[in-house]
Amino acid sequence: MTFLDFEKPIAELLEQIEKAKQIAEKSKIDISATIRELHQKVQDTRKDIYSKLTPWQRVQLSRHPDRPYTLSYIHSITDGTFLEMFGDRTVKDDKAIVGGFGSVDGKTVMFIGQQKGNTTKQRQYRNFGMANPEGYRKALRLMKMAEKFGKPVVTLIDTPGAYPGLEAEERGQGEAIARNLFEMAKLRVPVICIIIGEGASGGALGIGIGDRVLMLENTWYSVISPESCSSILWRSWDYKERAAEVLKLTADDMLANKLIDGIIKEPIGGAQTEPEEMYKTVKEEIQKYLSQLFALDTDELVRQRIEKFCAMGAYAEIDSVPAVD
Amino acid sequence: MSWFQRIKGGITTSTKEKKETPEGLWHKCPSCKNIVLAKDHAVNCYVCEKCNYHDRIGSEDYYSIIFDEGKYLELFPNLISGDPLNFVDTKKYADRIVESRKKSGLNDAIRSAHGEVLGEDLVICCMDFTYIGGSMGSVVGEKIAKSIDYCIEKKVPFMIISKSGGARMMEAAFSLMQMAKTSAKLTLLADAKLPFISLLTDPTTGGVTASYAMLGDLNIGEPGALIGFAGPRVVKETIGKDLPKGFQTAEFVLEHGFLDFIVNRRELKVKLAQVLGFFRN
Ligand SMILES: [Zn+2]
Repeated sequence: MTFLDFEKPIAELLEQIEKAKQIAEKSKIDISATIRELHQKVQDTRKDIYSKLTPWQRVQLSRHPDRPYTLSYIHSITDGTFLEMFGDRTVKDDKAIVGGFGSVDGKTVMFIGQQKGNTTKQRQYRNFGMANPEGYRKALRLMKMAEKFGKPVVTLIDTPGAYPGLEAEERGQGEAIARNLFEMAKLRVPVICIIIGEGASGGALGIGIGDRVLMLENTWYSVISPESCSSILWRSWDYKERAAEVLKLTADDMLANKLIDGIIKEPIGGAQTEPEEMYKTVKEEIQKYLSQLFALDTDELVRQRIEKFCAMGAYAEIDSVPAVD
Repeated sequence: MSWFQRIKGGITTSTKEKKETPEGLWHKCPSCKNIVLAKDHAVNCYVCEKCNYHDRIGSEDYYSIIFDEGKYLELFPNLISGDPLNFVDTKKYADRIVESRKKSGLNDAIRSAHGEVLGEDLVICCMDFTYIGGSMGSVVGEKIAKSIDYCIEKKVPFMIISKSGGARMMEAAFSLMQMAKTSAKLTLLADAKLPFISLLTDPTTGGVTASYAMLGDLNIGEPGALIGFAGPRVVKETIGKDLPKGFQTAEFVLEHGFLDFIVNRRELKVKLAQVLGFFRN
């Protein structure tokens, strides 16, 4: 288990429990009461810490090394029926974005998402979840296939951004993301997008246009990472906590600003503490929203999706001419 | 058409007026250092007659270059930014808005206008780099959205002239969502079978490239313009070596297949009229 800096009190308590157990083993004294007490303390401490997380702490949690990644969700939600499909049919297969059909209680769903790695080797293989243009084009190819056969699309978003490499530019990173925004806006099947970790900018939005856009409780979604924001606006890396605050990037803020449609609760301590519980919750949410969306006529579904995104923005009108009606 | 007239929004002083002040009697090309009379440079569409360098110009200049007799009807001139996040970095965003409006004489980083190009109707949304780096925030998204509605209602072709460093950080996720908003709106323009011409000028990067700028029926570039998703500095840091010469120029982007053609600004008007004719006839 990995603990973040602000989780230190929890780590210390768990250590105490381990030690107490060892002592009990050796001395054959019954200390089950003490251990029970300590476990209670762990829970209380966890609750306490997690009830007042700062935006920066949520950013840290979204990147927790033990946090489940896209494929773990998909395998669990589809009960092992996931069939991965590779390639954009043009350049190559991008390992930073995975996709394919899976069955959710008998119903076929197209799953697509950025994939991060668990080991150093895996992280490199997955390019840290930073997709190249062919990743976005693979995603679009799979979405169009889902549309053709009337299957809903679920995207799981977890990326520090689209890859800013030389070849990404040569192969049109901007065009690839733009095309996805355009095509997803008018996709004639239900689309649910769930931010399960990091939702960084255009790289996240490139698979993020949906009828329901949901965020897990301890994730972030914004135009830029707090670190980059700090370096650009304050010309220093030292203002990331401040940047995390001003960007209003937490699920609560995003919902309050009507930029997402809902929040999915995580187990206390974050998704990584009870992954199975997390998968189950996400699956239930997907099923709930899919049945709502399938009740809509397709034209209406697309119309509402476009209208939702078109309503986003904050502006004022000055010196306006009085309305004539 | 008589209903076209210059309507100045709010406190607008056009960049053209500024350029005609005496400090601009002579113009020195930033690329080849050639010196010409400023008024000749303006007649030459702010393109260096010697080395073809295209100066960065603003919406007022583009409108006077493109629209017949420089006449147009400005659309939705009175939209200004809200400050949805009460954003404060080294400065309050609210103060930045006031300052930028005063300094640039513009209400935001984009204007919209309806005019004629050699008799062909066209609505042009044109970005202004002088307003917070041409950054895309809610006003940019809303003006584009409203202009598209206008085009659909009046059955007029649509053009966006992009010149932007990308999304406006001070509106954070609101500005990110303008990418979604504009792209979604463009699907309606496409459904109405109305042409969308995207002109990418120096510079066009970030979220603007990754949304409307790359979604034209025709994507056109200005010579030498920087066009890309990630900025060159970021790409350089990522790959850890120097960038090849000409990387992310309009010419580079065309060679890689993302521009239909590159047009010299002096021929822009004629080319646009030709293209509009192709779509219409
Ligand atoms: Zn020159």
